[in-house]
Amino acid sequence: MPPKAADKRRQGQGASSGGKAGKAGKAKKRDEETSETGEDGLTARAVVRSPDQLRLTEAELKAEITRTLTADNPHIPRDIVRFSFIERAYKLVDDMDQTTIHFTLNGYLIHKDSDEGRRQSIRSSTEAEQAPVEEKEAPVEASAEATEEAETKDEEPTEEAEAAEEEEREQAAEAAEEAKAAEAEEPPLPKQPEKKLANQFNFIERGSATYQYPLREKGLQTDPAPIENFSDNVNQWCIYDAYMEELERIEKAKEKEKAKPVVVKKEETHSGRKLSYVEPPHSDSLSKVAKAAKIAERMVNLNTFDDIAQDFKYFEDASDEFRGQEGTLLPLWKFQSEKTKKLAVTAISWNPKYNDLFAVGYGSYDFMKQGHGMLLVYTLKNPSFPEYSFSSESGIMCLDFHSEHSHLLAVGFYDGNVAIYNLKKASSQPSYKSSAKSGKHTEPVWQNELVHMDVIKLSADGTTMQGPEGLQLQMLGSGTSFDFHKKIDYLFLVGTEEGKIYKCSKSYSNQFLDVFEAHHMAVDSVSWNPFHLKVFISCSSDWTVKIWDHTIKTPMFVYDLSTAVGDVAWSPYSSTVFAAVTIDGQAHVFDLNINKVEPLCTQLVVTRKKNKTTHIQFNPVHPIIVVGDERGLITCLKLSPNLRKMPRVIPPEADQTPWVKRG
Amino acid sequence: MEETEEEKKDEADYKRLHSFPLIRHSDMPEEMRIETMELCVTACEKHATNNESAAKMIKETMDKKFGSSWHVVIGEGFGFEITHEVKNLLYMFFGGSLAVCVWKCS
Repeated sequence: MPPKAADKRRQGQGASSGGKAGKAGKAKKRDEETSETGEDGLTARAVVRSPDQLRLTEAELKAEITRTLTADNPHIPRDIVRFSFIERAYKLVDDMDQTTIHFTLNGYLIHKDSDEGRRQSIRSSTEAEQAPVEEKEAPVEASAEATEEAETKDEEPTEEAEAAEEEEREQAAEAAEEAKAAEAEEPPLPKQPEKKLANQFNFIERGSATYQYPLREKGLQTDPAPIENFSDNVNQWCIYDAYMEELERIEKAKEKEKAKPVVVKKEETHSGRKLSYVEPPHSDSLSKVAKAAKIAERMVNLNTFDDIAQDFKYFEDASDEFRGQEGTLLPLWKFQSEKTKKLAVTAISWNPKYNDLFAVGYGSYDFMKQGHGMLLVYTLKNPSFPEYSFSSESGIMCLDFHSEHSHLLAVGFYDGNVAIYNLKKASSQPSYKSSAKSGKHTEPVWQNELVHMDVIKLSADGTTMQGPEGLQLQMLGSGTSFDFHKKIDYLFLVGTEEGKIYKCSKSYSNQFLDVFEAHHMAVDSVSWNPFHLKVFISCSSDWTVKIWDHTIKTPMFVYDLSTAVGDVAWSPYSSTVFAAVTIDGQAHVFDLNINKVEPLCTQLVVTRKKNKTTHIQFNPVHPIIVVGDERGLITCLKLSPNLRKMPRVIPPEADQTPWVKRG
Repeated sequence: MEETEEEKKDEADYKRLHSFPLIRHSDMPEEMRIETMELCVTACEKHATNNESAAKMIKETMDKKFGSSWHVVIGEGFGFEITHEVKNLLYMFFGGSLAVCVWKCS
């Protein structure tokens, strides 16, 4: 018995700790136990456990666990928070109703002594009276008598009445029984029986109750509206001051507008009123967020293009070692904007101060279709959207940053105008704009040393104008490009449509110093070598790129690139490296130090057909180039190490070797 | 006599010059702000002598348009500290000497 008791206790504990599983285990164990004891009481008892039973230590088995039953509802949430309008704060709701309703039924029983109960019973009794009245006319009187008898019976019957009734009783015994039966339901007070409607038209009355949907209660509390405090003090002088300030501001704004050479439309005042609506300076919440939004935009871009940014900074193409002399261009970012998809890139210029900022001019090279132009300034930090954008009516042909005031951009337009944009100002119009004789291709150059800005324009009718003074040079052709010498200030080169290159000087206004019969077709670009003071390069639509020494009439090197060359540029880090783009979308990088004949790298930059690459520029600091094409797309590529080899430092004496002449 | 006349003229000029509505502080959305401002101007011009009726007109119109419940104060010199629902406050000057403060708080 004791072992059994011990087992049972174990069972009980198993149940308390295992819950349902324990119960199942318990049932199984009982079966097992009974089978055990049934088999053989002498054999050693092995405790058989079901596989899913909890295993507890002896101490745990002996531990006593108390279970208390409470009347709390376990399903109610204990963390409900409600907004209290009195205290204007969110408060924990403590007193939750513990009642749980499991079943409701709307009953229809009413107490028989209540008003409604009595009324109903009266009604039902009169109906019951009618039933026997209708059925049997004969015993009506008998029943009436019987009721009277009953009444008299109920009252204190006298003996006389009894004696008189005896006979009647026997006669109307049956009737009396019936009356009694009826009487059982009747109240002591009789009433006039109501006549039931005769069923003349053969219809049946039937009533039914529709299905009644159970009602549910639901409550909801909305969030409170956000609240803020505001305070101020106002008196007459305060109002006066405010108005004076406002008037001053309006005056200043008016003066500024008048000072500008460009006429900007003034805002219309409200119709019908003399009052003008004045915007307070600190209302727009968007402008406050602008700076933060800009930083956030850059960060998002950096995250999106993270791998490109990493490549840009750190990736060095290791396979260059195996490639001999050749190199590759690693594509990095692509800059594109919706508004410029139909425009061709006509000019690219890097900002001298901020090495990641570059300006791109958009226009059209097609003489027939000249549309509007755009000027977008991109930064490498944000490849998805330009930092600044300006639109203009005529296509932009060329642009250049001021070398010192790097927020100023000079832009030449297709219609011959030149405009100066100031990036520091927020306006979308150029700060200055001039009109001039019609020009096809202008390339403004900034003067560094002079205080006032000089813009030198080259226009198609063959004049170079140095504005605003207007130093004119006559030429025998129409110019397409020019370049100032890096060191010798007055010396510059002009390339023309006929293929000639003129060497000119600013001091000689009417004559040129020298002419080179350079190409068979228009010269697209000329550029002085930034290190080698005598050397310049020219490219043309006649498929060739030629390198010259300005003292020698024939070119030193000629490269035939098999398609028209759009643009050529010297690299800023090496005197022997230059890059050219051809209209079939390829970029060619040459290093004269390594290979005088072939390019080190020829790579397809833009993949779409009918897309010509139009311009190329080296970044002055980073080893990247940007290439622009006809679809408004700018591609940024990184030069692989092979292309970036610095030239051997040759002592100046040894550098006297003359360049080898090539046909 | 002349001086007082001149003074009166100056006053009139100043009032004319400064009679445009100048919003000092507002966090209403643009459309709501313009509507409310115009309403205030209309009310103040209509009840130029009685601030209370002007305020009454403004408050009732605002209640109808934008919901209850609005509060309006019009005066020439007062200080205030209010609690208002966010994006439902307008504080402006008008007529050179009147200040109007309109806010919503239920």
